[in-house]
Amino acid sequence: MEEPIIRITGLTKHFGGGENEVAALEDINIEIRRGEIFGVIGLSGAGKSTLVRCINLLERPTAGSVVVDGKEMTALGPKELRQARKSIGMIFQGFNLLMQRTALDNICFPLELAGKGRKEAVARARELLEVVDLASKEKAYPAQLSGGQKQRIAIARTLAMDPRVLLCDEATSALDPKTTRDILRLIQDINKRLGITVVVITHEMKVIEEICSRVAILDHGSLAETGTVEEVFANPRSEAGRRLVYPDGVPYEVLRQEAACARVIRVAFNGGTAYQPLIASLAIDCGVKANILGADTRNIDGRAFGTMLLGLPEDEAQAAKALAYIRSQKDITVEEVPDYHE
Amino acid sequence: MSENLIELLISWGVDARKAASQVEYLAGATVPFAIWETVYTTVLSTLFAYIIGLPLGIILVTGEREGIRPLPPALMKILNTVVNLLRSVPFLILMVCVKPISRFILGTSIGTVASIVPLTLAAAPFVARVVESSLREMDRGVIEASQSMGCSPWQIVTKVMLPECRPSLITGFTTATITILSYGAMAGTIGGGGLGAMALLRGYGRQETAVLYVAVIFLVILVQIIQSIGTAVAVKTDRRIQHTQTKRRKGT
Repeated sequence: MEEPIIRITGLTKHFGGGENEVAALEDINIEIRRGEIFGVIGLSGAGKSTLVRCINLLERPTAGSVVVDGKEMTALGPKELRQARKSIGMIFQGFNLLMQRTALDNICFPLELAGKGRKEAVARARELLEVVDLASKEKAYPAQLSGGQKQRIAIARTLAMDPRVLLCDEATSALDPKTTRDILRLIQDINKRLGITVVVITHEMKVIEEICSRVAILDHGSLAETGTVEEVFANPRSEAGRRLVYPDGVPYEVLRQEAACARVIRVAFNGGTAYQPLIASLAIDCGVKANILGADTRNIDGRAFGTMLLGLPEDEAQAAKALAYIRSQKDITVEEVPDYHE
Repeated sequence: MSENLIELLISWGVDARKAASQVEYLAGATVPFAIWETVYTTVLSTLFAYIIGLPLGIILVTGEREGIRPLPPALMKILNTVVNLLRSVPFLILMVCVKPISRFILGTSIGTVASIVPLTLAAAPFVARVVESSLREMDRGVIEASQSMGCSPWQIVTKVMLPECRPSLITGFTTATITILSYGAMAGTIGGGGLGAMALLRGYGRQETAVLYVAVIFLVILVQIIQSIGTAVAVKTDRRIQHTQTKRRKGT
């Protein structure tokens, strides 16, 4: 198999020191293939931004290795690191354009850094303005542009460096849905036409669905799971993955598949006792461990209302015992959920 | 003309002999010369203060632990302490204290030119703090973006921080110039010239109130001119506010 363009091994990042030390990332292992659009998703605080900053070493990892395009980034000296960064473009949620420069001069900026002459830089910048569809705005200052236009300029600016990799740090999170789609399409287009590998950091499932081929789910600084977008979306294996794919709770169909071997019952509380004692006494009085697969109950004045989905143990005798016990409770009705087997 | 003025002063209750001498003094070449002295000491002192203070201010920001080019914490501590020390000595006292330095640099510690040394020394740490506070307004994200493009610390300072903070730096420059102008007014005490000396020695020392007021009025006018130019340039060169301006133009 081809050597991945980005290989992250055992990446760990801690902030602060001594007692205040916080682990932002813990033993992350990811391989990103040449030419793909790779997504990293997680809730805020999961460590996504830190992870992407460890790729171009805006954050220096506490431990682990980051290899980009064959170079071990953590081993580079300041000068080599700056050189290496020139082939890793990055765009941000806040666009981060130079406010005192025109759109054209913003795109010229990396070309100036590369020591290109003014004339050559301007010519290249004009080409890139065409690529991002903003040729008419070359004299505009960022303050005169909309969010979507600013992000296009930022994309053009990073393309001016001829990067091998494009890192997008919540690049569409400040944009409205329509503009988000346009920007995503542009990124996809760049990926296809220029063969630039893209790493997308986001907290929005939509973004991943729209453009990514593979995705990693980050949860509290650890990698929860990695896989193709189809795989992860159809069958999220981790807790974090499930929370992301089903933000409103896991649907029954999925639960049935999960609990394929067990019996599933739906318990309805009609205002009797609270529901915790039921589960507790099931365990203590009957010695049956019921598995709560889902619950939509609320306690009002210490009384429970709503329904709960319980998975019963495979053992027939135990399941029957539990069922009988629940049936004997006041204000609780039970029904078996049929057809949980295929 | 001058007779009318003398009469006016007398009608305000000024002693006739004093009125005549004040009008004679004010009508002479001394006033334009005092203005000139004030202007050039201010300009030169501001220039020298920025030669020292601008790099110092930049280092105070970039050399921090979280800065773009961290320096040894001990060095930063020393720099900060020196700046604070110089800032806390009242200018009048500093002026007397640095007399040996003036003598060393210029061969004399008295006179208008000699006053430039204490002015520079007093203003440089002030300038450093003004520059520092301007650069602290810099958006961290933009610096991060420049780093991601492979900018060296020097390039970040010259191509990103200074140009991006230009409006704020100009406003700070205006404040610094005015502060140095007002410090310079005290230079009369060590034999320096200018409007300050005129107000202090002639106006206050000899109780020539008319001279005092004329000197003060010219000082006020100078400050107004500097402030207006400074504000106008800062606003005009700030590209962040063009948006609203174009909108307003479209509206009318």
